[in-house]
Amino acid sequence: MTELTLAKALGSGLRRALADDDRVVLMGEDIGALGGVFRVTDGLQREFGHDRVMDMPLAESGIIGMAVGLAFRGFRPVCEIQFDGFIYPAFDQIVAQVAKLHYRTSGSVRMPLTIRVPYGGGIGAVEHHSESPEAYFAHTAGLRVVTCSTPQDAHTMLRQAIACDDPVVFFEPKRRYWTKGKVDETVLDEPGRAEPMGRARVVVEGSDVTIVAYGPLVATAIDAAVAASDEGVSIEVVDLRSLAPLDLDTIEASVRRTGRLVIVHEAQQSGGLGAEIAASITDRCFLHLEAAPARVTGFDTPYPSARAEEHFLPDLDRILDAVDRVLGRANALTGWSQR
Amino acid sequence: MLDSPAGEPPRDELVQLLDPAGTRTEHPLYEPYVADATGERLLSLYEDMVVVRRLDVEATALQRQGELGLWPPLLGQEAAQVGSARALRDDDFVFPSYRENGVAYCRGVEPRDLLRVWRGTSQSGWDPYAVSMATPAIVIGAQTLHAVGYAVGCRRDGVDTAAVTYFGDGATTQGDVNEAMVFAASFAAPVVFFCQNNHWAISEPVGLQAQRPIAERAPGFGIPSVRVDGNDVLAVLAVTRWALERAHRGDGPTFIEAVTYRMGPHTTSDDPTRYVDPLQREEWAGKDPIARLEAYLRAQGVLTEQAEARVAARADEVAAAFRAGCTSLPQPAPLSIFDHVYAEPHAGLDRQRSQQAAYLRSIGEVAE
Repeated sequence: MTELTLAKALGSGLRRALADDDRVVLMGEDIGALGGVFRVTDGLQREFGHDRVMDMPLAESGIIGMAVGLAFRGFRPVCEIQFDGFIYPAFDQIVAQVAKLHYRTSGSVRMPLTIRVPYGGGIGAVEHHSESPEAYFAHTAGLRVVTCSTPQDAHTMLRQAIACDDPVVFFEPKRRYWTKGKVDETVLDEPGRAEPMGRARVVVEGSDVTIVAYGPLVATAIDAAVAASDEGVSIEVVDLRSLAPLDLDTIEASVRRTGRLVIVHEAQQSGGLGAEIAASITDRCFLHLEAAPARVTGFDTPYPSARAEEHFLPDLDRILDAVDRVLGRANALTGWSQR
Repeated sequence: MLDSPAGEPPRDELVQLLDPAGTRTEHPLYEPYVADATGERLLSLYEDMVVVRRLDVEATALQRQGELGLWPPLLGQEAAQVGSARALRDDDFVFPSYRENGVAYCRGVEPRDLLRVWRGTSQSGWDPYAVSMATPAIVIGAQTLHAVGYAVGCRRDGVDTAAVTYFGDGATTQGDVNEAMVFAASFAAPVVFFCQNNHWAISEPVGLQAQRPIAERAPGFGIPSVRVDGNDVLAVLAVTRWALERAHRGDGPTFIEAVTYRMGPHTTSDDPTRYVDPLQREEWAGKDPIARLEAYLRAQGVLTEQAEARVAARADEVAAAFRAGCTSLPQPAPLSIFDHVYAEPHAGLDRQRSQQAAYLRSIGEVAE
């Protein structure tokens, strides 16, 4: 066990993946000498050479498209997209090629790509550097989409993503890069010790309300659980971990216990994962629900400028407001709806 | 910048070894690359072109008869496809667009497998690894990047295999094709960019994509290029062999612009009478790739009546099997739509599959 930041845990995951399998290659802008703009790949080029850790020309579609060709040849490329808002030029290659080649070729061509994307807001960045585009990818058949909230998961899930024979879009919560935690780098050495990449996890047990969160907002949801317990409300927090596939079984089991569901994400609300989870859980747990599921999300606006982002991002108070709502207590939103 | 085996000919020069009348011309630089192309070998190129044209015409007819949803004809491009494909080694890997049915035929794809995609029975007609040819990319130019990645992978694997990617004049506008050229140059990828400039991107003339000969772009990326008469199968064979030799030797990427003409529509859904000048089409009809090789082979005494009959019989035979193969393509099983979406189990999709299976059983359908 070592104490690592989430960014360092990702770096150590990449190091292990490179050492374990010589078909793994890292590709990205500035990932070599600089070690990535967030230093996730720090030192890896020195250790594994330019052929394994490749600084790429500045073209996102080019990076992913070239990785497709390497995968055709049996490599396992790990592509870094520098920021969430820069993934769009590569969108076609990801959704039309990476996601579909296995299907298109009736299973003969494997696309074991991992696409790493630092995502989400809260770091005071400029435009295109704080987005949460996960729903676009979760909507695309053929892709797996995951995100992590702890250094241990960052390390383990990244290695699982790289080992997976399917393409994985790996969203890294950039405002949690500097979060520290214990990391057991031996967790994958024996089968069964690590949780499967596709499984959600109950991180706080509770009996009154289930909060489903993922990535950067898991920590905020845990804070909300602590704050609510001061008022005598027992909140269960589920860290989704995998956005595609969704581990609906774990959420369902939790909601059957609590009867109430709040879903939290930074991404814009309309057509977001919150809608998918609310619909699916309503379908599965209709008779167990004491209230309609509530969503706490970013708004249907472009991500705002840095000095306004606190008004966009779900925070402790907005989550607690939603908890009040599913508990049938007076609160701002229900107040408005009564007018 | 090198743009030919030696020296630098004017860029608007078209490499040609067989003129439209079927007269053999000498090209000092490329001659050695076709030194073996005589007699039976020439005849086999001729046969390939005749068979490929026959398959293309047959497929167009099948579409008109309602057996295919769509077909992208290659009429007029037989020399560009056969000449380049016959230059490839078995291990060289092809990343095509959707029009390279002639290339696929030369790679050993079963003719009826060419039809699967267009009949709608599967998304891909063949196993890419069985014939060293990826399945068609329909998004314009996307495949050029795949070729670069594959080529870089070949270098990493220490083999001298090359990747070859096919695309049209319209694709040269796409970002991916330009990115592919940057990446290929940056990583000295053993890749051949084979552009079939057939003068049309559906209805848009090549002039809307390019103000200068397309081959001129590649040197700007640091990639040697050559412009070849795409209706001259010998010249195409020669320049492709030259480009592949560079790739196999480790000299990096090469760009070939094969100047040809799409004599038919973009696809069977297209109506070229709305935009093609009949005079231009007629002019190109006079440069027909098969007619000129035929004239040459006749003059050489290689294409005897007997040989001609043999080629015709072969085309008939392939066409008949092609047609029979088309209508016998199996209907996909209902639940096959769920197959191969993922390589590993996927909870959400598995649930949908079993729900759909239960539904099909409930209405008396066999769920497979």
